[in-house]
Amino acid sequence: MAAILELEGVCAHYGRIQALRDVSLHVGEGEIVTIIGANGAGKSTTLMTICGIVRASKGDVRYQGASILDKRADELPALGLCQVPEGRRIFPRLTVQENLDMGAFLRRDADGIAADLGMVFRLFPVLFERRKQHGGTLSGGEQQMLAIARAFMGRPKMLLLDEPSLGLSPMISQHIFRIIRNVNEESGVTILLVEQNANMALKLADRAYVMETGAVVLEDTAAALRENADIKKAYLGQ
Amino acid sequence: MTRGSRKSWQYFGLGLAWFYLLLWPLLGIRDGALHFAETTAVWLRVALGATLCFALYRLGKAGRLDAALKPLAAARDAVGNTLARAPRWMLLLPLAVFALSYPVLTNRYAQDVAINVLVYICLGLGLNVVVGLCGLLDLGYIAFYGVGAYTYALLSIHYSLPFWVCLPICAALAAIAGCLIGYPTLRMRGDYLAIVTLGFGEIVRIVINNWMALTGGPNGLLGIKSPGIYLPQLVDGSFSFEYLVIRKLEYLYYIILALAVFTIIAVYRINFSRIGRAFEAIREDETAAELMGVDTFRFKLLAYALGAVFGGLAGAFFAARMRFVSPESFTFIESAMVLAMVVLGGMGSIPGVILGALALVALPEMFRGFELYRMLAFGGAMAFMMLVRPAGLWPAARLGKRSDDTE
Repeated sequence: MAAILELEGVCAHYGRIQALRDVSLHVGEGEIVTIIGANGAGKSTTLMTICGIVRASKGDVRYQGASILDKRADELPALGLCQVPEGRRIFPRLTVQENLDMGAFLRRDADGIAADLGMVFRLFPVLFERRKQHGGTLSGGEQQMLAIARAFMGRPKMLLLDEPSLGLSPMISQHIFRIIRNVNEESGVTILLVEQNANMALKLADRAYVMETGAVVLEDTAAALRENADIKKAYLGQ
Repeated sequence: MTRGSRKSWQYFGLGLAWFYLLLWPLLGIRDGALHFAETTAVWLRVALGATLCFALYRLGKAGRLDAALKPLAAARDAVGNTLARAPRWMLLLPLAVFALSYPVLTNRYAQDVAINVLVYICLGLGLNVVVGLCGLLDLGYIAFYGVGAYTYALLSIHYSLPFWVCLPICAALAAIAGCLIGYPTLRMRGDYLAIVTLGFGEIVRIVINNWMALTGGPNGLLGIKSPGIYLPQLVDGSFSFEYLVIRKLEYLYYIILALAVFTIIAVYRINFSRIGRAFEAIREDETAAELMGVDTFRFKLLAYALGAVFGGLAGAFFAARMRFVSPESFTFIESAMVLAMVVLGGMGSIPGVILGALALVALPEMFRGFELYRMLAFGGAMAFMMLVRPAGLWPAARLGKRSDDTE
């Protein structure tokens, strides 16, 4: 399987504090890969380094074979690399419809946008009902759906998801994870998922990386990690 | 009397006592002696009026005035509904007729005030693009007004260029000034941006004040020409154009009316365009907008330059109308006034900003009768309006309800 995204020895700093230490990982085309780990392990920082919001101080990030280290965050959606940021970050005072339009900001193909809008509304019927409401008036789960739908509107080849289950009830999280799985199977979108809820993430993903204090400490298939005694104790609460 | 209402009356009494304490140093300390009679007289009048208003408010809240208020509210809703359903031209037509016939109906003083209001509408709408749409707090906006005014003044004095040729030049120079100021400052966010724009606004004024050779410094520039128009004329069967210089106030009124209408249409178009949506996305969440592919720096610069264009146009008109410019017209207090109009009227709302300009220019004129207490009454009115309508006089349209309510 060809790797669509590769990180090679990436280091990053917040001021003098080193947040990432030699992080290397790769995501194959069409795969679902998850990064799990505790608070402050560097999971979100890894995503932010990929999309250029945090600058890597060492190492390289390659997307479809080419380095994207010198790209600005706003240049990546055009390459098909879209992100669902941590904490959803929808636009609260724009309507649901306008939020989705912003997701397709760089696209000019009106027909394609209309088709994707139909697809998104089929996936999330609740967003269709609320399309004229302000984004800030949605409930937490609906906002997460909107954030994911907004990223789909960019017609991504690869989707970076940062903690989609944060603050949601288990039922709504499961619903959202099911949709992520569906999209991956139907349209072949590659997914890199950062999650604290290791249990759910490992059920969804093909492969997984475990991060601790800014470094990757373990890498394996999700099925194998679910059976790993250390992981069971530390992350799955068994 | 319930406990809640007793408590609110207690706070009301405290407020009145506090007001007396504020008022007395203002009126009572004079001529090396302390006076109480005048303060008490003014205070009594204010206290009486305030008590009456407060009693009515409490009664209304307790539901005692329902008999009178219910039909009123129903009537208001009915009027609101008909207005909402009427086609837009039916609302705009009377407004347009009024605006066009205004100089015929009114005297010089009223026309003067109206011209002021229209200038501030242009400024307010320009600043609204920056503050209301893009969410960039700009405390130095008046600098672009100054750039526009001085550009026309210099072009008119040194090159005798007509007003209409200068208008686009003024707009372009203001936009360039916007980019020059915006380039270093727009990397900051929030409070830092406000402070830096405040600094740049002052820099522009101080440069104007000190560049004696070009701007005449504090003496200002005299001899700016009024705008002119070519009027078609039929003399002895031959057709010609006569150049007419406009000095009469009513013609100046029509020029600024045209500029204001142009500004309203332009801002309206920006508001509902793809660019406008990108501005709003930046206001809502800059990082998220960036992740959607919005080049936030370039769009912020664009918002800044667009705002500057409208400021520059208003400035050119200001210079042409006064036929005199000096740095005194471009102080920080003017920036603050324009910002107050935007906030008071409702950020991001075009009719709101128009109402805000009307309120902030016309109200002080109305309070002229109060003489000394004019600014006091003005400040009180502003504080009151912000308490009652924090989102502005005419807030930007909001749709939908909280979804939790319906579940």
